[in-house]
Parts: sequence; structure tokens; C-alpha cells
Amino acid sequence: MKRFLKIYLEKPELAGLAFLVVLTLVFQVRSDGVFLNAQNLQGILGLLPEMGLVAIGVTLLMICGEFDLSVGSVFALTPMLMAILMEGGTPFILAFPAGLAAAAAVGFANGFLTIRFSIPSFITTLGMLFVVRSITVVVSGGFPPFLPADALPKWLFTVYVGPAGLFRLSVFWFLAVAILVSLLLTRTNFGNWVRATGGYLPAAQSMGIPTARVKTACFMICSVLAGFAGTIQVIRLGAPLPSLGEGLELQAVAAAVIGGTALTGGIGTIFGGIIGAALIRVIDNGLVLSQVDANWFKMAIGFLTIFAVVANSWLRKKAKSIKVET
Amino acid sequence: MPEPIIQVGDLHKWYSGVHALKGVSLDIYANEALGLIGDNGAGKSTLINILSGTQRQDDGWIRLEGQPVDFSNPRDAMERGIETIYQYNSMVPTMTIARNVFIGREPLKFSLFGIGVMDHKKMRDDSVSAIADVDLHLRSPDAIVGELSGGQRQGVAIARAMHFKSKVMILDEPTNHLSVKETKKVIGFVRGLKDQGVTGIFISHNMHQVFECCDRVVAMARGEIVMDKRIEETSIEEVSEIL
Repeated sequence: MKRFLKIYLEKPELAGLAFLVVLTLVFQVRSDGVFLNAQNLQGILGLLPEMGLVAIGVTLLMICGEFDLSVGSVFALTPMLMAILMEGGTPFILAFPAGLAAAAAVGFANGFLTIRFSIPSFITTLGMLFVVRSITVVVSGGFPPFLPADALPKWLFTVYVGPAGLFRLSVFWFLAVAILVSLLLTRTNFGNWVRATGGYLPAAQSMGIPTARVKTACFMICSVLAGFAGTIQVIRLGAPLPSLGEGLELQAVAAAVIGGTALTGGIGTIFGGIIGAALIRVIDNGLVLSQVDANWFKMAIGFLTIFAVVANSWLRKKAKSIKVET
Repeated sequence: MPEPIIQVGDLHKWYSGVHALKGVSLDIYANEALGLIGDNGAGKSTLINILSGTQRQDDGWIRLEGQPVDFSNPRDAMERGIETIYQYNSMVPTMTIARNVFIGREPLKFSLFGIGVMDHKKMRDDSVSAIADVDLHLRSPDAIVGELSGGQRQGVAIARAMHFKSKVMILDEPTNHLSVKETKKVIGFVRGLKDQGVTGIFISHNMHQVFECCDRVVAMARGEIVMDKRIEETSIEEVSEIL
């Protein structure tokens, strides 16, 4: 038990990973072997990057001690701006960074408002959720821009590759970003500052860390990743809708929390956030394949989120009491 | 008397109408251990915050080794050799010892615009030796600071300050929340600073502790210095009366 607790304390995301394996087995049995066949894996892996990228950003920001509810709206705004520019004749190579720049601007605004007026980022980004969604609907004029089928570089982001066409290219973009952000957090001095800022702000400040800049940078990374994820989804679907990504912000928070990230900041890993995102996708897909009414999906995610936090805090307390004995 | 290492002159600080420092002037000499005492709101913390770069004076000047300095953030003060150890210590409980020792001063293998890859091995090795240097024994540099006792945390904070070769170490009520045994260790450490060529500024509520480890005692009240004497020229009774 002690040993288990020690491993858990050092790597809380492993509990999520174990649960993911168990669920996979359960769904595999319940679906008579359909769950792990190539076609279904193709489906799961095709959708995972879009939510996973958002979860990576949200996890990083939560480790830094802040919160972003506007990612779902940024997820829609970024590709919408890109598509409008492209409809007007701008090539993809310019319209794509322009969309991401807009996402970065939203992230900067989130950080600036939160820090300058020292208000909870929950409030700033809740406001931004509405503002950005509204902008997205208004600029689209209610009619999504029309893009010719070959305008979007599907070959760069969403075509199927690999054995049996198992992977969409977006999986590799997702993995690359995951590895990069993970290294940023664990290997660089910036990562050390992020953890310090989220772990105990007064200490970070007294050691001279530019905490305002660190937080703003995390807000911006989070927004840009959400925008990138939205862009990938639009490339996959072929057309931007102003309603994309609604409810995604809460799923992303759920993913981070399920993966062991603490709401109070300082604790968590990018890998954990990804595990959380994968769990959500697997549950979504597995319930359908097990012929359970799809409306139970949100129920399952809800229970899992609460369970994860309760289990985390219980295990942490338990581990502490054991340490006192030794 | 040698040249003062720190001189402050006519420092003033106002907080929304409250005059927290009313023209404080003080010379601190190299290698002395200075005890700074006073009641809550006497201005000790304000003075210390200005010296450590956390706050800025509204008026007045500071000289470090004869040169005028103006700290706009804690980093400036740290780079000039002034390290501060706070009451609610400057450690992040969710991070490892090695990471804590090097917060904001991480050794980098290479960097671009100030962001780079940390040298984890150097961080671990150096923190082990830094901790051993202050006579503290800890299992591993990878232990989470939140698992340490209050005294051990202060020990790591002190080890960090020594590792970065501070000239002046400010200890802001470092013995609060510590057990008797751990307090003794911190007091012993302050007493030993002299031998390492470090000037100490020790802030405390507890006069016995100040008399135990300091050469000189400065008392503050209502934003002013009300007493400044060598330890051997005064007594606990006299200081209590003045406060």
C-alpha cells in the first residue's frame, strides 16, 4: 500500500492511465471486439487530437494557477477568421497564422485583464467566452463562409496515413505539440517558473520570477493551442461553423482534472491532461459501441471528474498520514 | 569602525495615508549580526522589504558598499548579494528541493532569449552540497519541499542563500512556527554567519533570541528607530521598556 501510494503521489496520472486500460478492456468485451478494431481506432484517434490539444493548453495554464473558460469560443473564432480571410482571397499560408494571432490576442487579453485588475481568471475568461463567441457569430454573418473543397490543406493536417490508414496526420501534430509543451514544462527554466508561479505565488515573486509575464505567456499558449485545435477540426470538416467547440472548455478542464492536475495550481502533468482527454473520448465512443444510450455520456464524464478529484484528495491525505508514521 | 556595508538615509514610505517609515537612517557594518526588533506595525517589515527589493521607498537613499543602489525588484537585490529568508518562507511546497534552490536562477545548458534547458544534474548535485554546507541532512534533492518540516524548509532557504554567496542575509522572523530544537539551530546559524563573512539582519519578536545571536540591537516603533545599541551595552529589560 505504501509503495503504491508513493508511486501515485509522484505520478498521479498513472492512476488515470490504469483506468484507461481497464475501460478499454471493458468496452472491448462489451462491444464484442469492435472497440479495438482498426476502423473504430481510426475514429477515436481522428477526434482525439482536437480535444487533446485544447486539454494540453488548459492543463499548462492550470499548473500555472489560472483557468481558461474561453477556449471553446477561441476554438471557433480562429478557423472562422481564417476561413473569412481565405474567402476574400488570402492564401492559407497567411490566413492560418492570422487566425492563430487572433487566438494569441485573446489569450493576451485574458492574461492582461486578470493580472492588471487582479481578478479571478474564472471571471475574465467566462466573460471572454461570451465575447469571443459573439464576435465569431457576428463576423460569420450567420452564414459560414464557403470554401472550395481543395482550398484547405487536408494533406498537411487530416489525411489518413500509416498502416491501414490508421492515423490522421493531426495525431502527429498533436504528439509533437504534446512533447514540446511537456519538455517546456519539465526541462526548461520557464517550466520551473510556471510550477513556482502556480505552486506558491508569493515565493515565486520573492525569488524575482516575472510571474505576470509567465502567466500571460501561459494564457497565450493555451489560447493558441485551442485555436490550432479548432483549425484542425475545420480542415477535417471542410467548413467552419460559428457554434464549434461549445462546451469544450468544460471537457478540457475535466480532462486536466481527471489526469491529476490540481485546481489550486502547481501540480499536474501534460501527460495527465492527455490521459484525461483520451478517457473522455474513449468513454464517448465506448458507450455508443456498448449500445448504451448516448445521453449517458455527460453523466459518465461528470461522475468521473468528481471521482477523480475526490480520489486525489483522499489519497493525498492518506499518503500524508503514512509519512508521519515513518 | 570599518566602512558600512549598507547605509540607508532618510527613508520614507507611505501606505495610503499611513506614514509607515518616517525618515529612517541606519548604518549596517560588514560581518555584524544586527537584530531588528519592534512591535507589529513598527516599520520593520517595510524597511526589510525595501532592502530586499520587494517594495520601493517613497523618499530617501540606500548605499551598498558605498555605492548608491535602487532596487526595483527582488532580483536586483539578489544580484547585488542581498538574500532574504521570509517568515512564510520563500519555498514552493509542491516542488522538489533541487528545483526550489534554483528558482529564478536555474543553471542552463543553453538558452535563447533567457529561456533554456535546465541542467538537472548540476541542480541536484549543487543543492546536495549546498544543503550539506549548512549542516543539514536530507534524503534526496528530489524530495518535495512540502514533505519537509518547517525547520528543514528554513534550512533549505538558508542553504540557498549561502549557495549564491550572499553578502547580506536578511532573516525575517525565521523562527516563527519552528520547534524549540529547530529554533536553536537557526539561532546557531545566525551566530555563525560572521565566520562565513556574511552580514546578518535578524528580525524577531523574541528578544531572548536577538540577545542570543546578535552583536547589535536596533529597535523600531511607529516608523522610527527608537534605540540602537551594542548588545553588551544594553539589556532585555531596557529594550522592553523602550518598546
